[in-house]
Amino acid sequence: MRRNETRGRLGRFDLINPVLDKEIKLRMRSPRTMWTLFFYLLAIGFLAFVAIYLTQELSGRNGAAFNPEQSKMLFYFLTMAQLGLVAFMAPGLTAGVISGEREKQTLNLLLTTQQSSATIIISKLLSSLSFMVLIVLSTIPIYSMVFLYGGISPKQLVLVFLFYLFIMLTLGSIGIFFSTLLKRTMLSVISTYGVTLFIFAGTAMLYFVMLSITTNYYYSQPAGSGSTYNWVGHIIAMNPVAALMSILEPSLSDQVFMVHRNAGPVRGEAPMPLWLEFMLAYTIISAIALWIAVRKLRPVSRRRR
Amino acid sequence: MNEQTLQEQPMIEIRGLVKQFGSFHALEGIDLTIAKGTVFGFVGPNGAGKSTTMAILATLMAPSSGYAKVDGYDVSVNPHEVRKRIGYMPDFFGVYDQFKTTEYLHFYGASYGIPKAEREVLIPQLLELVNLSDKKDAYVDTLSRGMKQRLCLARCLVHDPELLILDEPASGLDPRARIEMREILKELKAMGKTIIISSHILPELAEMVDEIGVIEHGSMVAVGNVADIQNRLRVKRFLHVRLLGREEEAESFLRDQPYVNRLLRDDKGWQIHFGGHDEEQAMLLESLMAAGFRVVSFSEAQTNLEDVFLEITRGGGGAE
Ligand SMILES: Nc1ncnc2c1ncn2[C@@H]1O[C@H](COP(=O)(O)OP(=O)(O)OP(=O)(O)O)[C@@H](O)[C@H]1O
Ligand SMILES: [Mg+2]
Repeated sequence: MRRNETRGRLGRFDLINPVLDKEIKLRMRSPRTMWTLFFYLLAIGFLAFVAIYLTQELSGRNGAAFNPEQSKMLFYFLTMAQLGLVAFMAPGLTAGVISGEREKQTLNLLLTTQQSSATIIISKLLSSLSFMVLIVLSTIPIYSMVFLYGGISPKQLVLVFLFYLFIMLTLGSIGIFFSTLLKRTMLSVISTYGVTLFIFAGTAMLYFVMLSITTNYYYSQPAGSGSTYNWVGHIIAMNPVAALMSILEPSLSDQVFMVHRNAGPVRGEAPMPLWLEFMLAYTIISAIALWIAVRKLRPVSRRRR
Repeated sequence: MNEQTLQEQPMIEIRGLVKQFGSFHALEGIDLTIAKGTVFGFVGPNGAGKSTTMAILATLMAPSSGYAKVDGYDVSVNPHEVRKRIGYMPDFFGVYDQFKTTEYLHFYGASYGIPKAEREVLIPQLLELVNLSDKKDAYVDTLSRGMKQRLCLARCLVHDPELLILDEPASGLDPRARIEMREILKELKAMGKTIIISSHILPELAEMVDEIGVIEHGSMVAVGNVADIQNRLRVKRFLHVRLLGREEEAESFLRDQPYVNRLLRDDKGWQIHFGGHDEEQAMLLESLMAAGFRVVSFSEAQTNLEDVFLEITRGGGGAE
């Protein structure tokens, strides 16, 4: 009896750092948490049923089950829908973690404790992340409907979920960055969604614009000369949708680096898979965002006078 | 010898402290030394720079120039060491509503690195000190304002800091709660803590404050013990005078008398900020009688910190 009690205490207070412990406790006690989970599942469930219904309709209900190709399309659809939901949720959950405490006037009290700036920032990120992971994992039963029909490997599913984790980490870091730098939560939320929108839509638009410009240029070149791959592929490598697609369809990576000539497309070699380039780039961006947030949380301390 | 120097190290040492917000100077070069074990009252009108000074001491704001040291540690160079030694209570603060009182204190205790076992012993004691033992299982957002204030004070104390920086700890409290707060502060003083407290209830604190510092427009106007400051001001004493009839005439008569620095009319008579001593006071009474005024009462009012404060801040400087 007593021993159990001690172990509980250790687990709750001494192994997890106090800020993380507090963040998780407060988050789980907030009614907003339950509603977030509820509406998220509602949204993804709704999308899944619409998709299944449409596939059934289109296939004319002539078979008792989907064929693997249809099931794959369904999986892709769900995967992208979930990516959209994650991108929608991550800024909302992180863009207020510091500025919210500032507005509630609890931040100053936290900043006078012995917790380091890095501990505070990382704990806030981890607690948001763990909640998002919980939400995304809770959608697995919906995926099981697709699994029933075959066509998707468990490995793909695992990779997709790891990619979600990465996206949450990236958008979460950006959210915390703005939350630390900007005084108001409202501004921080708007900025984070703005950057998210740019990452998703801006990079794609930029890619297509640059693609049409460079394609015109390459068409005027004689066959067999000039570069063998189109550098604009690097732009689309910054796009999460493309990166996720390149996990599902590895050939995509080469396609986007392909140079089109009037003699026909020249086989382009991707320098690395899109998702890898994506992860490298955004790991750096996230690291910088977190580093700045840690530096800016408290007034800068001077070394020596 | 070494021990001696350690003892003499001031708890707070501020030199040439400047804080700018853009082009606005909130602090224009403050010098202040507070010895260990002192209870220091920090007074000044709204916007004088009290909270700014305290936030700098609490490592929450970087000085624009000059330095502030707590127990020998510079707040900009060794903020971590400073944080170990201070308990800070801001003028405005929030609480985590979803926490119970004890959880709230456990969180801050843990944030100061106090082991769970120690906290289990400490927290009931702290709640006892601030009279919140009966609220130990209440959610923080169900506490009244005064209770939150006391909880925040308990929070300041979890890591047993040597220096307490209390920014208007009694603002918004009713008279009874203020008296309770004062009793708690007395206990803390008896524990040997150094306390710097800004407050608009200084009159109530007068008996426990060792020194006061008056700040205005970002500069220290006067620092010293209460009696010293009073002496350095033009005001030596406060007189209360009641006369029968001829009010208009009396008012201009009084105003023209020597040593009358300020004349305040109240419903019963006049309050005089008087710059003289017994001799001059007696002369004032004599000239009133000589001029044929009918004096009902002529008395020296109890001087208190509030009057000093008003004199300094309304008098636009005050110190000679
Ligand atoms: N973050 C800030 N940005 C700009 N100006 C500020 C900031 N904080 C304080 N000030 C200004 O600095 C001056 C000093 O403010 P401070 O809060 O220190 O006054 P105070 O003495 O505590 O007054 P009060 O008695 O009203 O609490 C004020 O004029 C205020 O407007
Ligand atoms: Mg203030």
